[in-house]
Amino acid sequence: MIGKAGVKRFLLSALIPFLVLVAWQLAVTNGLASRQMFPPPTSILGDFYDMLKSGELTHHLGISVLRAMVGFLIGGGLGLLFGLLNGLYRRTEELLDPTIQMLRTVPLLAITPLFILWFGFGELSKVLLIAMGAFFPLYVNSFLGVRNVDSKLFDVARVLEFSRFHQLTKVVMPAAMPNILLGMRLSLSTAWLCLVVAELMGADQGIGYLIQDARSYMRTGVVFVGIIIFAVVGKLTDSLVRVLESRLLQWRDSYKG
Amino acid sequence: MTAEALEISQLSKTFRTADKATHVLDNVQLSLKKQEFVSIIGPSGCGKSTLLKIAAGLDVDYEGLVQLDGIDVSGPSKEKGFIFQEHRLFPWATVEKNIAADLSLKNPEVRQKVDEMIELVRLQGFEKAYPKQLSGGMAQRVAIARALVRNPQVLLLDEPFGALDAFTRNHMQESLLDIWRQNKTSMLLVTHDIDEAIFLSNRVVVMDARPGRIKAIIPVDLPYPRNRVSASFQQLRTQVLSALDHVEEEGNSYEI
Ligand SMILES: Nc1ncnc2c1ncn2[C@@H]1O[C@H](COP(=O)(O)OP(=O)(O)OP(=O)(O)O)[C@@H](O)[C@H]1O
Ligand SMILES: [Mg+2]
Repeated sequence: MIGKAGVKRFLLSALIPFLVLVAWQLAVTNGLASRQMFPPPTSILGDFYDMLKSGELTHHLGISVLRAMVGFLIGGGLGLLFGLLNGLYRRTEELLDPTIQMLRTVPLLAITPLFILWFGFGELSKVLLIAMGAFFPLYVNSFLGVRNVDSKLFDVARVLEFSRFHQLTKVVMPAAMPNILLGMRLSLSTAWLCLVVAELMGADQGIGYLIQDARSYMRTGVVFVGIIIFAVVGKLTDSLVRVLESRLLQWRDSYKG
Repeated sequence: MTAEALEISQLSKTFRTADKATHVLDNVQLSLKKQEFVSIIGPSGCGKSTLLKIAAGLDVDYEGLVQLDGIDVSGPSKEKGFIFQEHRLFPWATVEKNIAADLSLKNPEVRQKVDEMIELVRLQGFEKAYPKQLSGGMAQRVAIARALVRNPQVLLLDEPFGALDAFTRNHMQESLLDIWRQNKTSMLLVTHDIDEAIFLSNRVVVMDARPGRIKAIIPVDLPYPRNRVSASFQQLRTQVLSALDHVEEEGNSYEI
């Protein structure tokens, strides 16, 4: 259901990117910019088509998405688990939170070499790096979500004699859901970022490998295709969570701008 | 089985903080008969909410005796429905899910009871609405339905209509009387509104502040439905007012 207004808005938002593409194409075809460094959009589109037809693109994209997903599920899952646990129980918070906060201050990119030293260039170091990146946003936000639950609603749960399980599923989880979903979005984008880092550091498959390989053969068009794919998939996953958000959080009564 | 739904005797309550102790309730004696409607009225801070929370089992740190149907109250339970000043609905759940709360609507028995309650509080057509889509009065009716669906023996209401405008409040008072008549629940209502107390209850309890104790209990022997402008209603209003005045005067001298 996209109305007239929707079409108008889309056209308006697409105006600047479209103009940039046209200017780029004209600049290259008129010899104002190097074809080697800035392959024209039409030639990038051609590269994209060739790679799609040969199955090269889908193969590498599949590998990348799998890595990101496994890393996200492990890291994000653990982040959610510990976030909820520490949010619910002061004891485990006192035990675990200081350590987690300490680890959080370590820049991810700085420990990448260490991971490579320990686990080599294989899948393990990549997935671990992604998992580590995905852990913190979900941890921090689900913890915050639990702590933001209105204690007045807990009184209601007591008066209605909710079981421990129902307190969790009917009060804590829904109340923390906005924060959890936000954490999920941040985790996914961090996971995707870590994937790029991991694959550019050294891989023999995946979109990152595709970019590195194309760079060494000066196939700039393919580099562009890789970058665009990274951006598009990143945006798509983000939109997916936002759809989830609008579904799950339609009860919210907040300012919509 | 006793005739009393709720029995409170020699109830005293002191809030203790690190630097001081506040004696809030002193030797409160109150019993609520089955199917009786009792209102509590008194100056702000006299301990009405505290009393109600103790009766609900939300606060168990007190001296004295609190019994529901002859059994000591040791914690909150579904037998004691509690209506808070604000509706406190779960914002993420629809009206029907709020009423069902931890019960499953897939259970046909629950479904039927919830539908009955929605009809009772006249919210047909709003089953699937979220709390943000309801007016204050509608939301408070959902809260009442949520308590009633659990078949409480007593319903404890802490200034449930305080936040509503006069028109809605009158309407809610009439609904509450309907509900009371149909459900035969015992009611204990805290209010600031003298008319509300007289319009609704069999007895009006006037409380005194610092420490909170019962100053007077005024029986209201008018037939339902009551006429707010009748002479006998006016007379009762004067009676309650003068009991409250005594309270205020003493409160003042206490301060000086
Ligand atoms: N948790 C608490 N700790 C310490 N003192 C408290 C606490 N709760 C209430 N009090 C004190 O107990 C007294 C009675 O409070 P309560 O809320 O029962 O009054 P109330 O009669 O319901 O007043 P209102 O009509 O304004 O709602 C107040 O003086 C208040 O300061
Ligand atoms: Mg109060």
